[in-house]
Amino acid sequence: MDGIFLQQLVNGLTLGSVYGLIAIGYTMVYGIIGMINFAHGEVYMISAYLAAISLALLAYFGIESFPLLILGTLLFTVFVTGVYGWVIERVAYKPLRNSTRLAPLISAIGISLILQNYVQISQGARQQGVPTLLEGAMKFDIGTGFVQITYTKLFILLAAFVGMGLLTYIIKYTKLGRMCRATQQDRKMASILGINTDRVISYVFIIGAVMAALAGVLITMNYGTFDFYAGFIIGIKAFTAAVLGGIGSLPGAMLGGIILGISESLFSGLVNSDYKDVFSFSLLVLILIFRPQGLLGRPHVAKV
Amino acid sequence: MSQTFYRKGFLALAVATALGASSFVQADLKIGVAGPMTGANAAFGEQYMKGAQAAADEINAKGGVNGEKIVLVAGDDACEPKQAVAVANRLADQDKVAAVVGHFCSSSTIPASEVYDEAGIIAITPGSTNPQVTERGLSAMFRMCGRDDQQGIVAGDYIVDVLKGKKVAVLHDKDTYGQGLADATKAQLTKRGVAPVLYEGLTRGEKDFSAVVTKIRSVGADVVYFGGLHPEAGPLVRQLREQGLTDVKFMSDDGIVTDELVTTAGGAKYVDGVLMTFGADPRMLPDSKAVVDAFRAKGTEPEGYTLYSYASIQALAAAFTGAKSNKGADAAAWLKANPVQTVMGKKEWDKKGDLKVSDYVVYQWDKDGKYHQLEKQK
Repeated sequence: MDGIFLQQLVNGLTLGSVYGLIAIGYTMVYGIIGMINFAHGEVYMISAYLAAISLALLAYFGIESFPLLILGTLLFTVFVTGVYGWVIERVAYKPLRNSTRLAPLISAIGISLILQNYVQISQGARQQGVPTLLEGAMKFDIGTGFVQITYTKLFILLAAFVGMGLLTYIIKYTKLGRMCRATQQDRKMASILGINTDRVISYVFIIGAVMAALAGVLITMNYGTFDFYAGFIIGIKAFTAAVLGGIGSLPGAMLGGIILGISESLFSGLVNSDYKDVFSFSLLVLILIFRPQGLLGRPHVAKV
Repeated sequence: MSQTFYRKGFLALAVATALGASSFVQADLKIGVAGPMTGANAAFGEQYMKGAQAAADEINAKGGVNGEKIVLVAGDDACEPKQAVAVANRLADQDKVAAVVGHFCSSSTIPASEVYDEAGIIAITPGSTNPQVTERGLSAMFRMCGRDDQQGIVAGDYIVDVLKGKKVAVLHDKDTYGQGLADATKAQLTKRGVAPVLYEGLTRGEKDFSAVVTKIRSVGADVVYFGGLHPEAGPLVRQLREQGLTDVKFMSDDGIVTDELVTTAGGAKYVDGVLMTFGADPRMLPDSKAVVDAFRAKGTEPEGYTLYSYASIQALAAAFTGAKSNKGADAAAWLKANPVQTVMGKKEWDKKGDLKVSDYVVYQWDKDGKYHQLEKQK
């Protein structure tokens, strides 16, 4: 029984770290401009396609070793998805910077529909897949049972935590990070002090897209299958994770993702998988009742 | 200036009306083909369209139906009940189809069939197996396939008799079709004294089923039965194998009859040994040989529901011809009284619109990612 429980924890942790990576995109954009980027799930979906395309290209050129394959795929996917993030900001957000709050929300939903249909038309509506890259699994014997983790899942955990660590470092200790934090605290003041806030906003969109791309590569490796609609459910889950952890807070997004992943997997493991989403969302409601700003979010102080 | 503009405009309008009228006189017999043309289950829509188009071409080459050519109109429901109703309304009001071949997902077929019933359109589904499709007393709803209460019995018996399952886990995708079928299988298993040790639902569209897989491991199941479609069946069987459950038998249904299962499972080695129930392979019947050869000559394999869709068009054409009328009610009455010789053999329908004889058999996937009908075990 203890083996089973640990296995469920591992399942939840992998799922949750992926939610966390995507949640970062939502939370950073919200932190900077106070908007939900509804096209973010689609950015993840695009990155899954890019990962498959790049794997096919690399295989075509005869590259077969796993480190080279994954490195090449990551570089390619991260770069192109970053460009997508930048373009989305330029097309859907920048022209509406000074309009009503709802306008960019609608335009983001529009972008999301455009991206879905664009992929459906250009790549076809069928299910796509990639072959298994990393075979094999590790098996730990624990008491009466055992825990089995595929190498792919170990890699996901590793890559997700390295990605999150790197991002935390950038935000805390680099000039770019300082600019982001300054813009988040007070955009007007930051621009008076000589920060090009428009550019910072662009950077934030690119960073969000890059994290989604990392998640896209990892998920594609793990499940091996995706379609043009793949961004929808996972986008909603990641958004939930961002709200759970406190939207606008970077560690909150990661924590929210992991809590969501673990609670889903423990609930379906110990109780019933039919109602795992009901459980996750009840948890969200409960947390928001007692902490409306989310677990790690800063309370909103009204300026009078 | 503006006057010439108006005159030209009226002229154009007049010409357009005349053209419209003339095309109306040589009216074609429009038949809608409705199913998931896009979305996760688009592979089945493709099979539908391929089969229907081939049948329509064949019938048109022989002079059509009551002197009219069959024209197919595609309707995309993406396996979503809401969109299915919208598509059904479009086919009925705008395209004014005389008949419909469709839909695929039972959860789409059921609401759409209400629309067809009100519009007096005869509909025949090649693949919706939920009992409710024909159990609601609609006069012109037919099916070309069996019912889940038959399919579930075959699956349940196979699990007990051949697989000798002792601890069976029954999963479904919480959809009308998947859950209905899982319920039927569960009922049969219980009747045979092997009540399932686990009965749970997955969420359509998700890819991570590792929590459920761990649960299957914890109850020590030796057979897993899944009622649902291939976008979920593929990742599920893969994650079973990845968590070390390599000896557990995996059985599913006629919702995974497409080579896309191999894609969604991440490779042929994961589908090796997967079992499924489906109607006896129509490609092996002597009646279908000519049609199957024609498909293969064009480089496509008439897999899954392709021939079911082909036979549906044949049945509709026979009904319209036999009733000497293009009215849905006449054709439906004729179809309930007369057998039709189709590519799948001679078919007869009962008063509800179900086939009088339907034969589910068990198939197995091999390590090359192909499926084969297993010998009937009795």
